Amino acid sequence: MTSFLQIWLPNLAVLTVLLVCVFLAKVVARSDRWTVARRRLQRDKVGQLAAFVCLIYLLVGALETVVVPTQTGSRTLLQMLCSGVPQEKGYAAPMASTALSISSPNPLISKHLLGTDALGRDTLVQTLRATRAALWIGGLTSLVYIPLGVLLGILAAYYRGWVDDLVQYFYSTIAAVPEILMLVAILMVLGKGLGTMAIALGITGWVGMARLIRGEALRQMERPYVAAAKAMGQSHWNIITKHLLPNVMHLVVIKFVLGFSGLVLAEAVLSYLGVGAPVGTASWGAIVDASRSELSREPLVWWNLASASFALFLLVLCLNVLGDSLRRAFDPKSTS
Amino acid sequence: MFAYLIRRLLFFVPIVVGVMLLTFCLFFLVQSPDAMARRVLGPKATPKAVENWLHNRGYDKPLLINRDPEKPWHDSLFISQMGRLATLNLGNSDVSGRPLAEVFRQGALPSLLLTVPAFFAGIALSVGLALYLVFVRNAAADFLASLICVALMSVPVMVYVIFGQFLVAQVFNYFPAFGFQLQGWSTAKFLLLPVALMIVSGLGADVRLVRALFLEELGQDYIRTARAKGVSSAVILLRHVLKNGLINLITLVVASLPFLIMGSLLLENFFGIPGLGNVLFTAIQAPDFAVVQASVFLGSLLYLGGLLLTDLCYAWADPRIRLH
Repeated sequence: MTSFLQIWLPNLAVLTVLLVCVFLAKVVARSDRWTVARRRLQRDKVGQLAAFVCLIYLLVGALETVVVPTQTGSRTLLQMLCSGVPQEKGYAAPMASTALSISSPNPLISKHLLGTDALGRDTLVQTLRATRAALWIGGLTSLVYIPLGVLLGILAAYYRGWVDDLVQYFYSTIAAVPEILMLVAILMVLGKGLGTMAIALGITGWVGMARLIRGEALRQMERPYVAAAKAMGQSHWNIITKHLLPNVMHLVVIKFVLGFSGLVLAEAVLSYLGVGAPVGTASWGAIVDASRSELSREPLVWWNLASASFALFLLVLCLNVLGDSLRRAFDPKSTS
Repeated sequence: MFAYLIRRLLFFVPIVVGVMLLTFCLFFLVQSPDAMARRVLGPKATPKAVENWLHNRGYDKPLLINRDPEKPWHDSLFISQMGRLATLNLGNSDVSGRPLAEVFRQGALPSLLLTVPAFFAGIALSVGLALYLVFVRNAAADFLASLICVALMSVPVMVYVIFGQFLVAQVFNYFPAFGFQLQGWSTAKFLLLPVALMIVSGLGADVRLVRALFLEELGQDYIRTARAKGVSSAVILLRHVLKNGLINLITLVVASLPFLIMGSLLLENFFGIPGLGNVLFTAIQAPDFAVVQASVFLGSLLYLGGLLLTDLCYAWADPRIRLH
């Protein structure tokens, strides 16, 4: 059972993500709004570059997620690819040939492009491995908050009345608690972990999504096509899934990309606060946390902080740029 | 106006009750009081110590209704917790046992000293920068400015702080990189760097927001009219766009005014400022559930206060809006 969980579950997760992407691409290829947006995106070179970088991160995260069983226990693809990188005994500066120790600068086994951390592990490899935690948090949380937010938002707009009141009451109550306090409270009670972090971020995250979708769905409800569908006697289910959902889907995608960047940042902050990733998980927040004491060392150890924060910064930057590009591409008011 | 306020306050009642229910569910149903005691006291605590701890806080009462015929039915954990919060009694710290009202009152001043200057200077700076960006509007500058804004937004706060602290401690060596003393003007020495970092970390998002507000105002019909009758760009920007854009801005930022008292979680911890953010940070590490629970409750009250303040500001800034 444990072997199933450890080996097949991560692999299945990667496979599912791939299948969902293909399915979504097929669905959106037919829609008018999406064709226009795609044409605009094809002219947006900055947006394409950002999307490309995001894909690379996705690839690295997938490599670290896919698990291969070997004789000495299971390892991830990324670990196997990087198995040629030796482990040193302690800190080593980038491209240095001797260990970072004034008293005993022993020669290293090999040079390290970005140096090594306190345990002698290659900084570049550790930074790449930490991609997985960030993407898992973003992905898992999106799996929690997007269905919840979209469903409740559409239901509130479609049925109005007491359904609307109830949904609004729920999200007003959750929004009343400042987000960081809510996250800390939930994580203190549920304990550390990637799963609990996704639950906590999902509970606070669906509010924004539900508000956005409810507003747009209310606007769509005024449009004649909904009245026509009702007049033709279509079922509630059909109207919601075939008419309302496709017409708010672009907002979901924009919010997903922009929200992902917030989630990646939140993972780092929560791990830093000590309620996020469990000890031993490679995460950028944990690396940044550990690097605080390294800055006061003599000689100075800066490469762990620099590489983890740069990796984090680049992903968040590209997600933000891509989100803005998508928003412009879908904006009916923009002309380009 | 008065009737409006009363109605609004009544509307807040179910939300406050909802938050109270939420915190009760989270802290006493999702995890049992027993588990909470063990986590506070550590794994080596004796059963006797756990029992004492629970009894001293009244956590050993039955959860929802007291079925013991000798005691009143309402002598339960749920009723006592609700009653305590409803009377704004925040309780005592799990770790030090001090009344939380006192802990929070002590932390409020250092927090405000940090957040109030950062808040107002940040707004002034972002309004100035946004106005300048709107003034020199061209494709290259717009592109560069929005890229810089997004880049500033993408840096985690921790990195700003670590970098700033390092720069000050190792390179400039002028300001204290850590510590806090409340003594007249010399306090400013300790606050300068955290305030600056707080401004910088929020600048990207703020400039983007204000710029968008100004651009929206610039697209209005009355601006075209003003241009058509020959009003210069500078006058249009300063008299029309700035004024009307600021009205929209005020209503956006007023909601966050009450939160200034909560301070900044990361900055206060990094710089050793004994404000409310630091109180919360220590409580997370401890763990001190009472502090977190009280903060959640206080935070929601502040949020609702912010909503009310926003409504009032709308009516004050825009004469077309009347609250009744």
